[in-house]
Amino acid sequence: MTESPVTMLMTKKASFEREADRRSVDFHEELFALEEAGELIVQRVPDDYVLVPTKYGIQKKIPRGHLWHHKSCGQCGHIPGYSTSIFWVMRKLGYDYHDPKDQTSCTAWNYYASATSNAAAQASVAIRNFAAAHETGYFPLIHCGTSYGHYKEVRSEMLRHPQLRAEVRRVMEKLGKPVVIPEEIVHYSEWFYALRDEIARYQVRDFSGIAVTVHPACHYYKLVEGDAIYDPDVYQGQRTAVVTGLAEALGAEVRSYSTWFDCCGFGFRHILVQRDFTRSFATLRKIEVMKEEANPDVVLTHDTGCVTTLDKSQFAAQAHGRDVGVPVMSEAQFAALAMGAHPYKVCQLHWHSANYRPLLEKMGIDWRAAWEEFQADLERLRSGQAEFLTWEDVDA
Amino acid sequence: MASTVSPDLKRQDVAGYAEIPLSEKQRLFDLVKSDERFPDYLYGCYECGICVAVCPSARFYDFSPRRIAQAAAREDVALLYQQMQEDIWECSQCFSCLRCPRGNNPGGIITVMREVAVREGMASARQALEGYSRIIYKIMSTGTQVSPDMLQPDAFPDWGPEVKDVSENLDLWRRALPPETHHTTATGWAVAERTLLELYLIWFETGALDMIREVDEGLHMILEDIMDERLEEEGIER
Repeated sequence: MTESPVTMLMTKKASFEREADRRSVDFHEELFALEEAGELIVQRVPDDYVLVPTKYGIQKKIPRGHLWHHKSCGQCGHIPGYSTSIFWVMRKLGYDYHDPKDQTSCTAWNYYASATSNAAAQASVAIRNFAAAHETGYFPLIHCGTSYGHYKEVRSEMLRHPQLRAEVRRVMEKLGKPVVIPEEIVHYSEWFYALRDEIARYQVRDFSGIAVTVHPACHYYKLVEGDAIYDPDVYQGQRTAVVTGLAEALGAEVRSYSTWFDCCGFGFRHILVQRDFTRSFATLRKIEVMKEEANPDVVLTHDTGCVTTLDKSQFAAQAHGRDVGVPVMSEAQFAALAMGAHPYKVCQLHWHSANYRPLLEKMGIDWRAAWEEFQADLERLRSGQAEFLTWEDVDA
Repeated sequence: MASTVSPDLKRQDVAGYAEIPLSEKQRLFDLVKSDERFPDYLYGCYECGICVAVCPSARFYDFSPRRIAQAAAREDVALLYQQMQEDIWECSQCFSCLRCPRGNNPGGIITVMREVAVREGMASARQALEGYSRIIYKIMSTGTQVSPDMLQPDAFPDWGPEVKDVSENLDLWRRALPPETHHTTATGWAVAERTLLELYLIWFETGALDMIREVDEGLHMILEDIMDERLEEEGIER
């Protein structure tokens, strides 16, 4: 059988070594020096953590529990099964967490879309949220890829620019809060990657017949690239290991495709006010290429914007007879399904657009019966028997 | 008669913005260059084109991150002015261009150029943000960027019939979410009142709210009223 261009390329790069001159400096030393100088507080990673490798070999601590969930605008707003699945998996594994109301958006979606803000405002928003987490004693876990990337940028800017630190300190004093930066900025997909074997031990559904393609989120691994997870055992260390490492641990077949490094087409302002670009890019450069080269059962990704773009862009393309039609979800929802989560009560797939039902069938899930169960729950809410669906309800 | 207009520049009367003196273009570039992030974003350019090859916007628009980096490196203030009026809002801000072997950050330069365009109320910023006001209103006044009740079929007809299902069942479906913070419809999650007031103070203190005045005076007035009133009610001085 002829090798695909992607496989050939990967084979050629088997002895790949990263360029030494691009190696990023470990920021921790600078961070702790500023703490020593009394400029800021470094919130330490809780004692129970997993060490994982980052792009240039620096080890990163990923805390297992006692986490402060920094939620995502888009996930909570229109893909609520995304955040619900993150919480559900964490509860199943028995790790404690805090879901705060004392949290604002990182506001970076708006910043990258409209630039109606500035470096001091963006840093102040970040530091305010970090200070809020520090007050509770829980360690921040960032749900959104853009929040994560932006916060890494904020950290770099805070370390590099004394004037910015002074301005943020002035604002925080006005708020009555200290300047806090966590020891590590941790994305939820890093938590799923670090705990992938533990997650796999809870697996109750066989995913060996499921083919997936992975779309990596630009703001996860392109912004402050040195602080993203790369593992020599995943893609030979040439691509970020999050999402893929988890999918493999769950026994799914991860298939590659040639536009892996391309963004999804979200564009920040484009998804809101110029969606012709978003739709075109998402379908022509991602979904169609995946379909043609890998024919996946599902696309997995790890960011709000990417799930939105890749999922929602397919409907209009279908009307033009394009070769689209593949479900899109976060790897958190995928892992939850593997662990036996309800597709509607937990994963909330009815908020998604591309047809996910054939995938559920392939996973051995009777989606018609599951929908009926969900409808019965809705009826209880509608009739006033219960006000909300609870965690106990979803596991009943 | 020979034209004195550079062949690199589009005709401004067609593009819809005014010609300004060179000194004014220089002033705008000086504002970009004075941003403390600027030296971290620009180290020179090999003209290799890697940034263009990886750029999603370059595939669909007449847009090139390389031209932006080169113009900034050459300090070609006339071209930079044109780019601030015509090009910068095409950028996807994905930062794929960070693959630059020279370590440049064209996307970052564009962020700074956009900020200056907003602060200066430039025509491109006003135009790019037309139809975007409700998003600015949402993020600055509620602390979350999008809310479930924005999922109206007329706002997202291209997202398919599922959007109609969400909007018709919104309240019920939100109550069917197990996390307590998710039962909201007008915000992404429940944001505490005190948290919101702190956010308002940040917008005031850092000048972020003032920036809105330059692109949308009406929106600025509404936001300022809301924030002032809430802070005053709580007896918080700004």
